Amino acid sequence: MIRIEGLHKRFGKLHVLKGIDLHVRPGEVVCVIGPSGSGKSTLLRCINRLEEPTEGRIYIDGRPLPPGGPELDQVRAKLGMVFQRFHLFPHMTALENVMSGPVIVKKMDRAAARRLALELLAKVGLAEKADAYPSQLSGGQQQRVAIARALAMEPKAMLFDEPTSALDPELVGEVLAVMKDLAREGMTMVVVTHEMGFAREVADRVIFMDGGVIVEEGPPEVIFTSPREERTRAFLSKVLHV
Amino acid sequence: MPPDFLAQNLPLLLKGAGMTLRLAFLAFVIGLVLGTFVGLARLSPWRPLALLTTAYVEVLRGTPLMVQLLLIVFGIPQALGLQVDEFRAAVVAFGINSSAYVGEIVRAGIQSLDRGQMEAARSLGMSYAQAMRWVVLPQALRRVIPPLVNEGVTLLKETSVVAMIALTDLTRSAQLVASRTYRPFPAYLAAAAIYFAMTFTFSRLAALVERRLRVE
Repeated sequence: MIRIEGLHKRFGKLHVLKGIDLHVRPGEVVCVIGPSGSGKSTLLRCINRLEEPTEGRIYIDGRPLPPGGPELDQVRAKLGMVFQRFHLFPHMTALENVMSGPVIVKKMDRAAARRLALELLAKVGLAEKADAYPSQLSGGQQQRVAIARALAMEPKAMLFDEPTSALDPELVGEVLAVMKDLAREGMTMVVVTHEMGFAREVADRVIFMDGGVIVEEGPPEVIFTSPREERTRAFLSKVLHV
Repeated sequence: MPPDFLAQNLPLLLKGAGMTLRLAFLAFVIGLVLGTFVGLARLSPWRPLALLTTAYVEVLRGTPLMVQLLLIVFGIPQALGLQVDEFRAAVVAFGINSSAYVGEIVRAGIQSLDRGQMEAARSLGMSYAQAMRWVVLPQALRRVIPPLVNEGVTLLKETSVVAMIALTDLTRSAQLVASRTYRPFPAYLAAAAIYFAMTFTFSRLAALVERRLRVE
């Protein structure tokens, strides 16, 4: 589904990604964990080219990620993205936010897009908030609308960039619950997260990144209970408070 | 102000005000349309276009409006051997001048938006143009209304320099009234009152529009 080979990313002199190889299979849920500044988000943002890779190759569904133009737009339409700070469109209602992709990109007629959007809002538990503007919603509600907005494009994979990091602690659960449902339905997901509980429970594979490289990867039960690498152990002991 | 003074001179002043209003309105329309393109071009990912429009803005901001007006109304037509209508040439001169300021306002309005808005739109598969049209510009529009009103008011007042090229606008009319009656005080006071009535009406109307555009 997503294959990354030898990916490097430099911001000027800063070498953020130092050779990443990663293969995400259809239906797989991959959680990327690691300390701040380890390159997790940059890696995710390279997958739909919100960041321009400096070096390396990325394949989506076996085809090289196009450098730009309408071909890249088409690939992005198939990769849903959820941001740390939601980025809902503030001048549109929740419903209009969810309709925006299908109407503007796919030219779906408004009635059909409306039905689809209402269905998705119901799926994330926000059917009654369809006419609310983002500013009238809590952070957790905004993030669930953002997930519905991404799902409206019927993506083949979803990319989550620290989706709960900007939320008050009591609002994290409702967003994770929606993500768990998605994982259960077989959605291919790459999730950059600090929620170790979520990674442990939902991930098929956990990637630990530090200093721009993948230090260790494996099934959650292995990574969380018997990591091979010292750096992984050090990180986990800090975040798991053991 | 003595009533007979007004009765005798108001028609001329109002005729001048009509010219001022036409001039400012037409120039502002040109400024808005051209300025929107200037603002978008300055942000263009294509460097030559961004540099060219930056130079355009710098030159127009860095030279006096009066000199620009004289160049466009008298200088360029003579150099090219053209006959131009002074009113039209003045509209073009004010419009071009205004487009530089409008361009800066539009650019700042777009840049003040969170970069995440563009990224979210692009990640849904929208093209740059679609993201601009449906996500960025509608939000930028709300933010640019107050500075644009400011620009419109400034433009309306600045049209008074056309008195220099012998167009009978409000300021020129007031000068004529003052010299004809030997009473500059009521003449210029009346002109000031009419200018203020125009700019105040405009800013009230704009405040109304702004309120209606605010969603949240």
